[in-house]
Amino acid sequence: MKTAESGAVVMPLYSDEDVVRLRKLVREELAALGFGIVDQTKMITAASELARNTLKYGKGGECHLGKLNESPKIGVELVFTDDGPGIEDTALALTDGYTSGGGLGLGLSGAKKLSDEFHLETRLGEGTTVTIRKWKFS
Amino acid sequence: MSQDSTLQLAGLIKGNEAALVDELITAMRNKLMRFDKASESEIRQQTAQLLKLLELNIPKTTTHNLNDSIWAETKQLLTEFSHARVKQGYTPAETASIIFSLKEPIFKLLRASLTDQPQQLVEELATTTALFDSLGLYTIDVFQKAREMVISRQQQELLELSTPVVQLWQNVLALPLIGTLDSARTQVVMENLLQKIVETGALIAIIDITGVPTVDTLVAQHLLKTIAAARLMGADCIISGIRPQIAQTIVHLGVNLEDVITKATLADAFVIALKKTGASITNSAA
Amino acid sequence: MERIPILRMGSLLLVTIQVDMHDRLAMTLQEDLTDRIVKDRAKGVLIDISALDIVDSFIGRMISNTAAMAKILDAKTVVVGMQPAVAITLVELGLALEGVSTALNVERGIAMLAQRE
Repeated sequence: MKTAESGAVVMPLYSDEDVVRLRKLVREELAALGFGIVDQTKMITAASELARNTLKYGKGGECHLGKLNESPKIGVELVFTDDGPGIEDTALALTDGYTSGGGLGLGLSGAKKLSDEFHLETRLGEGTTVTIRKWKFS
Repeated sequence: MSQDSTLQLAGLIKGNEAALVDELITAMRNKLMRFDKASESEIRQQTAQLLKLLELNIPKTTTHNLNDSIWAETKQLLTEFSHARVKQGYTPAETASIIFSLKEPIFKLLRASLTDQPQQLVEELATTTALFDSLGLYTIDVFQKAREMVISRQQQELLELSTPVVQLWQNVLALPLIGTLDSARTQVVMENLLQKIVETGALIAIIDITGVPTVDTLVAQHLLKTIAAARLMGADCIISGIRPQIAQTIVHLGVNLEDVITKATLADAFVIALKKTGASITNSAA
Repeated sequence: MERIPILRMGSLLLVTIQVDMHDRLAMTLQEDLTDRIVKDRAKGVLIDISALDIVDSFIGRMISNTAAMAKILDAKTVVVGMQPAVAITLVELGLALEGVSTALNVERGIAMLAQRE
């Protein structure tokens, strides 16, 4: 279907500082592709939420940042992977306000609301992969 | 279809591309389609390319299912072909019929080469028809998608034009909304409003919904979002222009507007806004 | 350790966040602020976030919690200078920072706190 173009950037996510670096990178990439300031901010915020999940629940992992081209649309894809414990009840985890870790429970549901496409894949005991995409007309 | 018969088709195309394209062009002229020199040479070039890809790919597969990866390059070509027709103002039917028109000359070739094998001729005709039908339908599909893109882009442009924010007084903005509010429009409205709040330092924004035909739960939600965003920037909102029917639906739907100041008319809202910002109106005649 | 400076202006505390905010930093700021409210007997807290290009749920919660804590300590918090894109994103996220007062800029924020006194 849609394929990420080659040259995806990989960011390790093991500390708070890594999250800050990822946010900077996402900002730069989206700005370079001509995304507006609101879309940039939404995507960086979504990235921040997901990176925190990777750090907190997945015990660290990484984020792949790739560009998408589906003429006449272009997009950005962020894939967060960890090999943490996985999510038991994905429907529950996606509910606004549900949290298993004392947060606001807006991490996954927030990232979903802020992106154009959201995909969650998880296996108990093996890890979680969350993919988000944002599109614009080129 | 059998491997044999597909090889036959590919073999027939090979060496006959030029003749096939010529026949196609003649057929198209007869059908009286819009057809200028520029588009003729473009169609010539693209159909020739298509035939090349077909003779290359037909022997590799037994499937007419275009989702097979073998057909990726062919689909790419058809996509370009379709997009070019969209730009030139062709209809979907005209676009697909160019592809369908290739069938006739190919049938002719098949009939000529398989006169003494009627059984195989029938098979070949069937597989060729199936293949070209899928190709033609694919162009329609792509055509439709391209048109949808054009429409949504125009909608986007329209959005940006249709949401003015005006300054009524020092510290007071008005946002007259006309038409309905969906999520895309809400984002544009919010952006314009918040930007104007930054520029003018406004304390109050009046959102006038006289021109909004109906307020359902979704529209109400979008209004509340806009109000919440303005509040985060330090500005309060007043909703004005609420018609009786809209007041009724808001209550029936159970939408909570309790924390929002609402007024029947823009004028009423303006008076409140002035009072809140410390200004007042006096009647000099009195 | 990295820290966000807190300035005192009379009975007000002013925090201007000019670094990239992360979770640990946010928690430290919350602790420092509540300490200073008590120590300086502050009546108002201004948090200037005009240099912040995002506020996610964690920072948003830190701001709400700080405002709630300040209130218990009898100080009013005003968040000033939020960027339009940040406001839109927060609203989409479903975080309207209810209970937190807001103002367009520091000047307006100070005026708001002065009214209270």
